[in-house]
Amino acid sequence: MPEQLTGAEALIRSLEHEGVEVVFGMPGGAILPAYDPLLDSSIRHVLARHEQGAGHMASGYAHATGRVGVAVVTSGPAATNMLTALQDAYMDSVPLVAITGQVATTAIGNDAFQEAHTWGMSMPATKHNELITSADQIPDIIREAFHLASTGRKGPVLVDIPKDVLAETMTWHRPGEVRLPGYRPAVKGHPRQVKAAADLIEQAEQPVLYVGGGVVAAGATEELQQFAEMLNVPMVTTLMARGAFPDSNPLNLGMPGMHGTYAATTAMQRSDLLITIGARFDDRITGNPKHFAPEAKVIHVDVDPAEIGKIRPVDVPVVGDAKAVLQQLIVETERRGPQPDREAWLATVHGWQSAHPLSYVQDPDGPIQQQYVIEELHRITGGDATIVAGVGQHQMWASQFWGFEEPRRWINSGGLGTMGYAIPAAIGAKAGTPDEVVFAIDGDGCFQMTGTELITAAVENIPIKIAVMNNQSLGMVKQWQNLFYDGRLSQTELSPTVPDFVKFAEACGCVGLRADRPDEVAGVIEQALAISDRPVLVEFTCDPEAMVFPMVPAGGSNDDVILSREDLA
Amino acid sequence: MNHVIAVIVENKPGVLARVSSMFARRGFNIHSLTVGPTEDPAMSRMTVVVDGPEMEQIIKQLYKLVHTVKVTEFEPGIAIEREIMLVRVNADPKRRGEILDAARVWEARAVDVGVATITFEVTGAPERLADFLQLMNTYGVVSLAKSGRIALPRDQKSAKKHLKSA
Repeated sequence: MPEQLTGAEALIRSLEHEGVEVVFGMPGGAILPAYDPLLDSSIRHVLARHEQGAGHMASGYAHATGRVGVAVVTSGPAATNMLTALQDAYMDSVPLVAITGQVATTAIGNDAFQEAHTWGMSMPATKHNELITSADQIPDIIREAFHLASTGRKGPVLVDIPKDVLAETMTWHRPGEVRLPGYRPAVKGHPRQVKAAADLIEQAEQPVLYVGGGVVAAGATEELQQFAEMLNVPMVTTLMARGAFPDSNPLNLGMPGMHGTYAATTAMQRSDLLITIGARFDDRITGNPKHFAPEAKVIHVDVDPAEIGKIRPVDVPVVGDAKAVLQQLIVETERRGPQPDREAWLATVHGWQSAHPLSYVQDPDGPIQQQYVIEELHRITGGDATIVAGVGQHQMWASQFWGFEEPRRWINSGGLGTMGYAIPAAIGAKAGTPDEVVFAIDGDGCFQMTGTELITAAVENIPIKIAVMNNQSLGMVKQWQNLFYDGRLSQTELSPTVPDFVKFAEACGCVGLRADRPDEVAGVIEQALAISDRPVLVEFTCDPEAMVFPMVPAGGSNDDVILSREDLA
Repeated sequence: MNHVIAVIVENKPGVLARVSSMFARRGFNIHSLTVGPTEDPAMSRMTVVVDGPEMEQIIKQLYKLVHTVKVTEFEPGIAIEREIMLVRVNADPKRRGEILDAARVWEARAVDVGVATITFEVTGAPERLADFLQLMNTYGVVSLAKSGRIALPRDQKSAKKHLKSA
């Protein structure tokens, strides 16, 4: 006997069929019907305090677990609040499904209460989106949304559902096979291209493995390790790829680019072959592309053909999934026997590394340096924590100074650079991996954008930890004003006293701690780690004058790395 | 230089918006764009004439749209390209005969005749339309409406013949 369901019931059942265990969201007028069957569902709902937060929570969940993150919000302002999170996920290829309520089909186009053209506005911010016009479509479109979000180049998909569609009755059916004649993401690389890549690698004297977030997205870290050790070549791991390869392995030079290590940036610059896997020649990596890696030939492995040749012309394009192509490359390389000796090249690169290591000075009587907090945090946790960063100086220092050993333990907003990402993303990550220590490293500027989500963390019992690096400024912007605007500080100094972060945390149901001096840092970290039943915020009063180095100014050449303040004189 | 591409898309609501939004977002310039049905009711054909050197990116970005099924760039000379044009020209009764004679040579049909103007309909390859328009400009064009371009590749066999004879 065919089962009659409302559109709302069909939606919740479809989400259950996708294996969804948690959704992040906030109810409202148009999505109301969906919140009723949610009461009877196995799916946990985490009630965010702002829809942007719900979106970043879904993103943090997806980063930490590798599964699709789901956000459910209403129409109009809720949907527009969601847009930032969608664009963020789009830039970083994060698998997300956003369900938005919409005004009734009869009201669409009439400027109805809480109406927004969600479908049109989200189009350039999503991998795909759909407006459902009949409840019968729900099972198939939800299946399609999850399929699109989680295959090929992953990304956000939005499904907009009018209120009357949620309310109407349909005959339940399981979704059929996804039928998208125009969507056929490549998995394996073309064998001829794989051979051509192996040829170039064999001939290269100074190759560099240029590894991006695609390797993490594809779950290809084991293959990467095998391949890198087989080739014995230096590697750079981009901001999105931190943790794709152990930092403790001497082949890993760390992050390249604007705030990358000297060795990583310079190795690319002097390389004769960039073996690019799941990276996209972002401007933060290349600096001025005209001067970037001038002698290098390029192998570019990417699941998205449009990334290949977009910025940098390539010698050998390989369209395919990073895991599958790495497996092919391993087989092909093995077949060819021993690789050329790269010891001299490695020695050169390691020479740069020891000549110009990342460095900072923590004066025991001076203000706290953020790098010191990060190193202490790493030491005390033994590195066994998931680090979630906001955007700015603290993010760069976290990427530089945390030793990453595993994938999916580093979560940040790379492409869009969304300030305020850390707190909600940490909540999502902790909801997905409750047994892990999840530590948000946030700036005081970032924190003030989404800090109210501490309430979500406390009320929903998601005990994240937050380090607020309080330098009383929009530090990265201030750094640019100091360097490029003659130190004329315009709107980058925040209040040294307001808000009181400790009281703020307490008001939100969290524990608040503070360290003002370097000798207090270890103690508060230990205190924070000892509390596991509530979220804990630790405020570190940090040096407001500190700057992130190395640095290549925007649009500059990667030959001109500024190593320290002294270089500027 | 103008490039002509055929984009076969799923015939679904909003697909034109998806394509034009992508062009706008990526900063690609559309010279003309037409949409219409194909022999398969589930598919639509867009013929897009684009300027600029970024053809490879344009095609790849079109393919990224989930509802895009096939993109073909036509090499110059091996496609049948057509446009339709309505052009209203000043036609003083004294020059009317001369204008109609000229139009006859171009196989332009007079579709409306007024006191002081004649409106012609011309169909053909874009160059032909451009030449006719140039001629009409000497009489004074009052108003002009032109379709975007439609195109189909020549049949492979006839394409070879066409290239040989060219």
